[in-house]
Amino acid sequence: MDFGPYLLLASLEGAVQSAVLALMAVGLSLVFGIMRVVNVAHGEFFMLGAVLAWWVTTFVGLHPAVGFLIALVVAPVCAGLIAAAADLTVLKRLKYDPESTIVATIGMLYIIQQVVLMTYGPDARPVEAPFSHRFYTPWFGYSTYKLFVIGMAVVLLLGIWALMAKTRIGLILRATQLDREMAQAFGIPVERVYALVFGLGAALAAMAAVLIVPIQQAHYLMGGDPLLLSFIVVIIGGLGSLTGTVVAAVLIGMSDGIISIFFTPTLAKILATLLVAFVLIFRPNGLFGKRSS
Amino acid sequence: MASVNLLSTQGLSRNFGGLKAVSEVDFDLPEGQVRALIGPNGAGKTTFVGMLCGRISASAGRVSFLGEDVTTLPAHKRIARGMAYTFQITSIFGKLSLRENVALAVRRRLGRDAGQVTAEVETSLSRVGLLDRVDQIADDLSYGHQRLLEIAMGLGQKPKLLILDEPTQGLADSEIEEFKSLIRSMAGQTTVLLIEHNMNVVMEMADVITVLNFGEVLAEGTPEEIHNNADVQSAYLGTG
Amino acid sequence: MSDVRKSLVLHGGLIALLLVLHFILPDYHHGNLARVMVLAVYAMGYNVLFGYTGLLSLGHAMFFAAGMYGMGLTIQHLGFSAEAALVAGVLAAFVLSTVVGFLALRTTGVAFMIVTLMFAQTGYLTILYFGEWTRGDEGFVIQKASRVIAGFDVSDPGNRYLAALVLFAVCMAVILKLVQAPFGRVLIAIRENEERARMLGYDVFRHKLAAIIISGTMSGAAGAFYGLLFGYAGASFASVQYSIFPLLWVLLGGAGTVTGPLVGALFMFYLIDITSGLTSAYMLFAGIALVLLTVFARQGMVGEIRRRLAPWLP
Repeated sequence: MDFGPYLLLASLEGAVQSAVLALMAVGLSLVFGIMRVVNVAHGEFFMLGAVLAWWVTTFVGLHPAVGFLIALVVAPVCAGLIAAAADLTVLKRLKYDPESTIVATIGMLYIIQQVVLMTYGPDARPVEAPFSHRFYTPWFGYSTYKLFVIGMAVVLLLGIWALMAKTRIGLILRATQLDREMAQAFGIPVERVYALVFGLGAALAAMAAVLIVPIQQAHYLMGGDPLLLSFIVVIIGGLGSLTGTVVAAVLIGMSDGIISIFFTPTLAKILATLLVAFVLIFRPNGLFGKRSS
Repeated sequence: MASVNLLSTQGLSRNFGGLKAVSEVDFDLPEGQVRALIGPNGAGKTTFVGMLCGRISASAGRVSFLGEDVTTLPAHKRIARGMAYTFQITSIFGKLSLRENVALAVRRRLGRDAGQVTAEVETSLSRVGLLDRVDQIADDLSYGHQRLLEIAMGLGQKPKLLILDEPTQGLADSEIEEFKSLIRSMAGQTTVLLIEHNMNVVMEMADVITVLNFGEVLAEGTPEEIHNNADVQSAYLGTG
Repeated sequence: MSDVRKSLVLHGGLIALLLVLHFILPDYHHGNLARVMVLAVYAMGYNVLFGYTGLLSLGHAMFFAAGMYGMGLTIQHLGFSAEAALVAGVLAAFVLSTVVGFLALRTTGVAFMIVTLMFAQTGYLTILYFGEWTRGDEGFVIQKASRVIAGFDVSDPGNRYLAALVLFAVCMAVILKLVQAPFGRVLIAIRENEERARMLGYDVFRHKLAAIIISGTMSGAAGAFYGLLFGYAGASFASVQYSIFPLLWVLLGGAGTVTGPLVGALFMFYLIDITSGLTSAYMLFAGIALVLLTVFARQGMVGEIRRRLAPWLP
């Protein structure tokens, strides 16, 4: 293939990465923006989404599209509920102290990961895509499902934006983010809001996983790399800024594909982790962030 | 009394964005004096004092201490040269004992010698009347006693300049009386700069009063002069 | 008995106990305890920064690994003697902690945690990247012939235990001296109220930097000894898991106590030893322990003892 079409292919692949990454990173960013806590277990909720999708589709057993649609609802809801429960039982008790929360979420990471290991096992298992149509450009064929993933992500992100900007719930969330005490004084049940936000963050991660799992496979360790990438996105985009997060996700998702042409995966990861560190050290507000971390 | 200037500022200013918190302040503090800094809320007192001890950087101007320019010197180095500072909102080591709180203040000077440190700790605590609680945990004290502990920590540093930010706030009347005699006992040896709202204390204790308003020096003089100063009266009455 | 006396008796007694155990423990536990003592040194190093200074690093595995690989690579590729290799390992950790200190201390709180995590991940990935020399995840064995310190062959379990004990005793003595000296007191002050410490005239940055360097170097010494005593260097010791372990050990045993790290390391070692016999998902227990500790027992075991019974415990 010539360079032009190759670039187009790489861009499409990058767009799929960006889409999934954006969903996941927005989940992490919401939690940090509104609750000011870092959820290190975020990657495990992603993994949970993929594993639950496998369970559901295997269990339902009808046409893959049916199972998939059900999984698309069930997995995020389950992940969200588990996260909300974790928030109410553990994080609330810690009064959302930043350092304690990180340690506790590390604990949650291991709990979720290892429970999945015990029940689902160490194997990677595929999930069938809801449909297997291909569309053809003059140079190559491409999975229509991947376009669907991009489309779904865009729809969901628009939905989140609409939620935050246009609805009453969004108003409550933004108020709580701006000034927790004032929000409480106005009768907003801050603790319930936090449980909702924590759950929403996990649900977004799970949703991203359900979308990607027909392309990858479901494996109990699949949460690690996406977690790192989400971190990178959120920190570079600016902790607490949703626009920045989405922009950074697109940047990083797209460049990930292009970078892997020039660098080996390990070297690319090295550069990425160093980038996060140096951004935090020298540019703590990221590119768009309103608050310093 | 020798009128060597312990501390002075020239054209000291601080802006926060468009807001001029402190504007072109010239200030001279002779050695051994008890000086009060007063002014309505928002006059810039804490910002000014913050620039003196180095917690806040200056936007313009100079600060000299003991004859040397310290404008760019970091806070801890100014403290080490002989300033001591108590916070407007009491800042101590809550989980540590009173003994350890004051010991930390003393050790920077006396370090190795445990015996000397202990002696100094006990002297400082007895001067503020807290010696009987020496082994209690600081968090267990009443707010008023915590403020006295902070002063004891200041004393333990044997500073040349003691800066007290609203020291009597939260103290009971009897504690204020004890505070006044404490300041009197320091007369001539330690230079004291007080930010205060309690006019009683100010009028009784201060040798000289500087009045700030809107970040500028409005008036400066003896308590009597300030008391009779029409501008000062309207500044206070005007802003209620 | 004065507090200083009590402390000497306790800690001296502990060393004596560990020495006695050398002669009476059955082989399996004897080997385990040797391991635990070296890991406890790692935990004690971590404790200097976390327990005493109040800085939570999520990347200490980089220091442990720096020591391990500094030792291992110089033996493997440069033909160093064991003694020289140990020095190389400790030096590597010293240099790394100085560099990391200068960079990471520009951040605080959550950012500091993430920065240290990122640096450690970089370290881990670098070890994998240079797999040609480091053998990556697989790691490499340190030849028996190289494992001789001052004439003692430490592949022999008896010598190995005693070497571990010497390392532990020396490091514990260093920590004890440190935390009771003015320097250690300032670290505690910084942990309790950094601004107040600054306004008492202490150079907070220099103290934090010194704390990171001491902490990282001691962790590196543990890594160097661990590799030499147990004859293996591998990338898993640079992974995130190995950064989480010292946090877990110190939290469990008691942050800001001298004996806490050993207690925590011992407890967790056996917990994992027992549970890994039951399931491959033994890290589940580490996870549960972390959550329970942060919610219910932030003080840890020795910390609780100190709080309730023995306030003099350093």
